[in-house]
Amino acid sequence: MKKLIVAAGCALAMMAGTVQAKDWKDIRIAFDVPYEPFEYRDDDGNLTGFEVELAEAMCEELGANCEFVIQAWDGMIPGLQARKFDAIMSSMSITPERAERVLFSEPYYNTPGGWFAREDFDTDVTDMDAMDGKTVGVQRGTTMDTYVTDNLGGVVTIKRYTTADDMVLDLEGQRLDVVFVDYPVGEQTILSKDGFKEVGEPVKLGQGVGVAMRKRDKELAEMVNEALATLKEDGTYDDIMDKYFAYDIKM
Amino acid sequence: MPEFITAWLEGNDVFNAMTFLDYWQGLVNTVQLVFLSLIIGLVVAIPLAILRNSPHWWINKPIWLYTYLFRGTPLLIQLYIIYYGIAQVPGIQDTFWWNIFREPFYPALLAFTLNTAAYTTEIFRGAIAATPQGEIEAAKAYGMSWFLRLRRIVLPSAARRAVQAYANEVIFMLHASAIASVVTIVDLTGAARNIYSRHYAPFEAFIGVALIYMALTFLLVFAFRKLENHLLRHQQPAGG
Repeated sequence: MKKLIVAAGCALAMMAGTVQAKDWKDIRIAFDVPYEPFEYRDDDGNLTGFEVELAEAMCEELGANCEFVIQAWDGMIPGLQARKFDAIMSSMSITPERAERVLFSEPYYNTPGGWFAREDFDTDVTDMDAMDGKTVGVQRGTTMDTYVTDNLGGVVTIKRYTTADDMVLDLEGQRLDVVFVDYPVGEQTILSKDGFKEVGEPVKLGQGVGVAMRKRDKELAEMVNEALATLKEDGTYDDIMDKYFAYDIKM
Repeated sequence: MPEFITAWLEGNDVFNAMTFLDYWQGLVNTVQLVFLSLIIGLVVAIPLAILRNSPHWWINKPIWLYTYLFRGTPLLIQLYIIYYGIAQVPGIQDTFWWNIFREPFYPALLAFTLNTAAYTTEIFRGAIAATPQGEIEAAKAYGMSWFLRLRRIVLPSAARRAVQAYANEVIFMLHASAIASVVTIVDLTGAARNIYSRHYAPFEAFIGVALIYMALTFLLVFAFRKLENHLLRHQQPAGG
């Protein structure tokens, strides 16, 4: 009897699995929180932010049942490949290296990287001689990390952090001279405090941010692209963007 | 190099020269950090272990409190408190201490040293407390002073009882040092994380680093077996 129940359970599970793979009624989407204002918890502990609301609108457009998963940045792509979730909507910039591992949708926003430092910092960040010997903080594995590694590799000391919070603490504690971080994140977590300023010009990086999916889920990617295109056209995208940003990040 | 290894190295994009350089740099940092903290920890722990066996509460209680605090909290928390805590002390940036604590190496060394010293103190305390009373009485009967007794009888016999447990502590310390990477030290684990995020190849990056940790552990186990054989040679069968 027990064996029969187990067998029936397995059969059911397999059926459910195939159904899900076919018409994508259930989609699990991963976010790395906090990454204000894209995804964070509000005062009541609810998940919210630009990308979370965009994901909600997209799921409504798709008529899909969405589950939101919290995943740390380091384990994003492995988690996707391990099927812990089906899509990543966590400000993942489209890069050729990543595109080898995951399937990207059309980009849905692009923000520049910004330089932030304490008030007393007065070095020109584009002047390599002046930057010599400075300590720069970046988040490990981001496009900002790649930019600093490629352009200032031998000139400055690069410190790589897992979370933006740790990096901001070290900027406050004067272990870092300057940080190079996604502009909106810097604006929210650094400029909101006293004694910090933006330095230099924001740098446009990469090809924008897309929804990342497994390579073989081509159907899902098509559905996502269609839904995003509709949202960008019918004004839903702009409404959500205006709630969180004073400037244009639409792509 | 055998041909199949050369062929394999050419055929993959993760294990290139830059990756090996990263691992090497990480190895140097890990070995430095662990070796220094173990040496300093041992030097601190032996006197503490002797004092911890003192009958006076005002000597042994403070040491008990220290070992309790550092064994009672995770090393990661201790590292966070020391690394970020020091930077929050008002005005520290203007003192000469900042030259030391600005770099992540010294806060990590301090945390690791205090942690391993606490464990080592307790290992040696137990070994010293287990000294057979007869040995001490015999030493007293010979007219040995407290210090001479300690040097000739108590410490050598305690070392024999402590060596296996201490070997474990050393291996644990090596593996615990992996958390140094959270405070931006590029140790072995930090190097593996950099390689991983550069190539998005968790298996290659972490299995590579795991093999290096295993090789280090093998060396430690080998060294401690030699030491054990040396300390316990009186227990070996005659002629063996």
